[in-house]
Amino acid sequence: MIVSEKIAIDHGLKKDEYKKICELLKRIPNITELGIFSAMWNEHCSYKSSRLHLKKLPTKGKQVIQGPGENAGVVDIGDNDAIVFKIESHNHPSFIEPYQGAATGVGGIMRDVFTMGARPIANLNSIHFGSTQHKKTKNLLRGVVHGIGGYGNCMGVPTVAGQTSFDSSYNGNILVNAMTLGLVKKDKIFYSKAAGLNKPVIYVGSKTGRDGIHGASMASASFDDKIEEKKPTVQVGDPFTEKLLLEACLELMAGDSIIAIQDMGAAGLTSSSIEMASKGNLGIEINLNMVPCRESKMTPYEIMLSESQERMLIVLENGKEEQAKKIFDKWNLDFAIIGKTTKSKKIELYYDNERVADIPVNTLVENSPMYDRKWKKTKLPKKNKINKDEINNLKIIEVLKKILANPNVCSKEWIWQQYDHTVMGDTIQKPGGDSGVVRVHGSNKAVAASVDSSAVYCWAHPLTGGKQVVCESFRNLISVGAKPVAITNCLNFGSPENEENMGEFVECVQGIGEASSYLKFPVVSGNVSFYNQTKDQGIKPTPSIGGVGLLKDYTKMITMDFKEVDNIVFVIGKTEGHIDQSLFARVVLNEKNGPPPEVNLFNEKNNGETLLKLMDNNFIKSAHDISLGGIITAVSKMCIKGNKGINLKKPKYLINEIEYFFSEDQGRYIIEISKKDQKKVLNILNKNAVHYDELGTINENVLFLNEKTKVTIDELKEFNTKWLKEYMSN
Amino acid sequence: MKSSVITFPGSNCDRDMDVALKKFGFRNKMVWHQEDELPKSDLVVLPGGFSYGDYLRCGSMASKSKIMKSVINFANSGGMVMGICNGFQILVETGLVPGALLRNKYLEFICKNVFVKINNKDNAYFKNIDNTVLKLHIAHNEGNYFCTNDQLKEIEDNAQVAINYCDPSGKIGQLYNPNGSIKNIAGIFNKAKNVLGMMPHPERMIDTSLSGEDGSLFFKNLINNLK
Repeated sequence: MIVSEKIAIDHGLKKDEYKKICELLKRIPNITELGIFSAMWNEHCSYKSSRLHLKKLPTKGKQVIQGPGENAGVVDIGDNDAIVFKIESHNHPSFIEPYQGAATGVGGIMRDVFTMGARPIANLNSIHFGSTQHKKTKNLLRGVVHGIGGYGNCMGVPTVAGQTSFDSSYNGNILVNAMTLGLVKKDKIFYSKAAGLNKPVIYVGSKTGRDGIHGASMASASFDDKIEEKKPTVQVGDPFTEKLLLEACLELMAGDSIIAIQDMGAAGLTSSSIEMASKGNLGIEINLNMVPCRESKMTPYEIMLSESQERMLIVLENGKEEQAKKIFDKWNLDFAIIGKTTKSKKIELYYDNERVADIPVNTLVENSPMYDRKWKKTKLPKKNKINKDEINNLKIIEVLKKILANPNVCSKEWIWQQYDHTVMGDTIQKPGGDSGVVRVHGSNKAVAASVDSSAVYCWAHPLTGGKQVVCESFRNLISVGAKPVAITNCLNFGSPENEENMGEFVECVQGIGEASSYLKFPVVSGNVSFYNQTKDQGIKPTPSIGGVGLLKDYTKMITMDFKEVDNIVFVIGKTEGHIDQSLFARVVLNEKNGPPPEVNLFNEKNNGETLLKLMDNNFIKSAHDISLGGIITAVSKMCIKGNKGINLKKPKYLINEIEYFFSEDQGRYIIEISKKDQKKVLNILNKNAVHYDELGTINENVLFLNEKTKVTIDELKEFNTKWLKEYMSN
Repeated sequence: MKSSVITFPGSNCDRDMDVALKKFGFRNKMVWHQEDELPKSDLVVLPGGFSYGDYLRCGSMASKSKIMKSVINFANSGGMVMGICNGFQILVETGLVPGALLRNKYLEFICKNVFVKINNKDNAYFKNIDNTVLKLHIAHNEGNYFCTNDQLKEIEDNAQVAINYCDPSGKIGQLYNPNGSIKNIAGIFNKAKNVLGMMPHPERMIDTSLSGEDGSLFFKNLINNLK
């Protein structure tokens, strides 16, 4: 086939990009070469619209061993231990084929982590669906949950936390973001940088099939009416093979034969070989006849662009081939020497003794396009005037029930009960809390992880929203007693070619950067997913933040369930009564406009760090951050979890009860302390200039404000737990 | 006391079982499925996981692997063999214990704490245990125990039911049946009671930081009984 501009455009390349390829090669590429360029230059692999802005994120810190640019980020947790972690999107395939799309998303992110030598110890996910009324939502939710469970459960890695939301902006584009944490010894981390000449290039894992060809290109385009035709571009996962691959790789890594290793993720053999060559400033020569194939007569084009799962590429020390092969034979996996490193700085591919591709590596990587896209700034919306008469007539308990049963607040037990969250025997905080917590096996330490996003805030004002998500992650880690260490981000947006969507991206990234820099909570890995849009309708901007924190002594972990009757409950942080963009405003007032709650980074840091001090002194019996639904929603969940009630009092502020209980001001937590510690606790809060209100005293089983405003915890529990189960069983 | 845990391709609770057995005093060895012979053991454990990816039928391929000949001989000569979760599925496939394990009634994987009532204490697994009800943990997709009416009669006549799903007080009823198992059966013995297959994972309940310590009770009692 002779390549033409039209064929290039069919591959998702722009006219200018095709022209540039011809200039760089000083000739017209053949079809295999064009396929390679299109795979490397698409948005998913090249970050061509986002690179310019991502550079501004803070990525360094005392504990950071590896920031963005490798398979995953790495942070130091002391005693020669390190945590490898990353979050990644698998949005487009999950909409087309929810089970396989979600499953291979989980498989892909685990490979990113064990490629670096780390054994995965925890999985998390952030999943977002369309309106609960939309005809596709139920099946998509069921398929995605089954897919995540199907893969993670089989691998024997616990899924310890997650987030699920529903919003009509995801009707045509659901989001599936998967995150994995792995544990590695600091001196046994593996990287993807090839080194040395004439070193054997090894292919291990599953055979290459025709599945997932051009998956990365599909993830770099918007959806249209012909979406069903894209099913063949979705990869098919085999968690059993990945479990074998994990064990085989870790066994090989225990020795010293690996120079570099890279998993074959998006754009398969193409991107893995090119990345290794590029980082090592070397060339790689591959004989495609040696690649283990599932189907006969696969062309070089298909072999290079297949996204078959569960494969790895390794550059090995000379002479270690036999020893390595033995390990892969033991685990019944393919092992093939397919090429070698060269000094040519080119990717040279041979098939049937013919050279079928010859491309300088730098043309694919350094010379890949980078765009400074036009973008529009979002003004801070004007505050709504709230009709006090209207809200003063509301009955607090009725509103509370409505909010607890809201799809975005209700218990997600139906989901996480389908994930094995206890395998590996170190899960000390299960899903349903502020963060999942797993022990560092055989030590006194534990690692906490949470994943958060606030699309509504980001949509209303991207800069504030970006900051807020980072702060929420910070708070969720602190709520369980963990010191926040670093974050990974998954940036889900509409089309970068649309000025408004691009503006949302730029300003969310700016907000994330400001907050993570102020909180010393650096970004060590991440991924960008653009084109989450159908025709010209984009999703609400949804950056997901995966936060990781450390508990030096796991016995000091805090949970959110109320512990003891007669203990006193305080709110930390000031309540101003910000109702705009709150769940209350949307669900009860039906009001969608206005600014999101303001983020005060000083207060976030000060409140959080002071709370950690209190926890360190064993003063805190339970804690929970205040987010969606405000104080009363947070306190209800603590009651439900602990099977206890509370006698509430409203402080004598100027704002009214509804505003006090349902507003979503930031930087706040609820804490439980025992009476005997009250003086000491308040002393520490005062000393650190942390605002607090006394919220009430714990009782047996009633949420009680006054004789007219009371409800049993059992009743609240029913409202909180039944919605999702009923929705999914109808 | 010496124990052996068999690792099949796809086993994923083998390490957890190793940790638990060692914690309570067993000298445990990990045994690869392609070995010919079991090492000298007082207890052999088939751990949980997804041996062979649950392909074909859960436990079916593992039941035919090389080491299983030796395990079956060991069991038939009175040796203690315990299968947990996928290990139970493997035992069923070998025929060492009767019945079959079907897909959960609601077609979903279930991971949660459950209560089980000990039905028969006249055996080396549960003898001398004080509790009648244990809080354990399940995590499975195919734990729906099934057998024919004739088999059920034989099982009951021989007191082969080991544990049943129940409420915290020990009441057995459909409400506390997580997966649709016949008569809430969660675990079952062979006729001689030296082979035990059960869905719950005692190895996930072995310290206070996890969901509970009833697994500890089980293992402490087990090693004492074997001494």
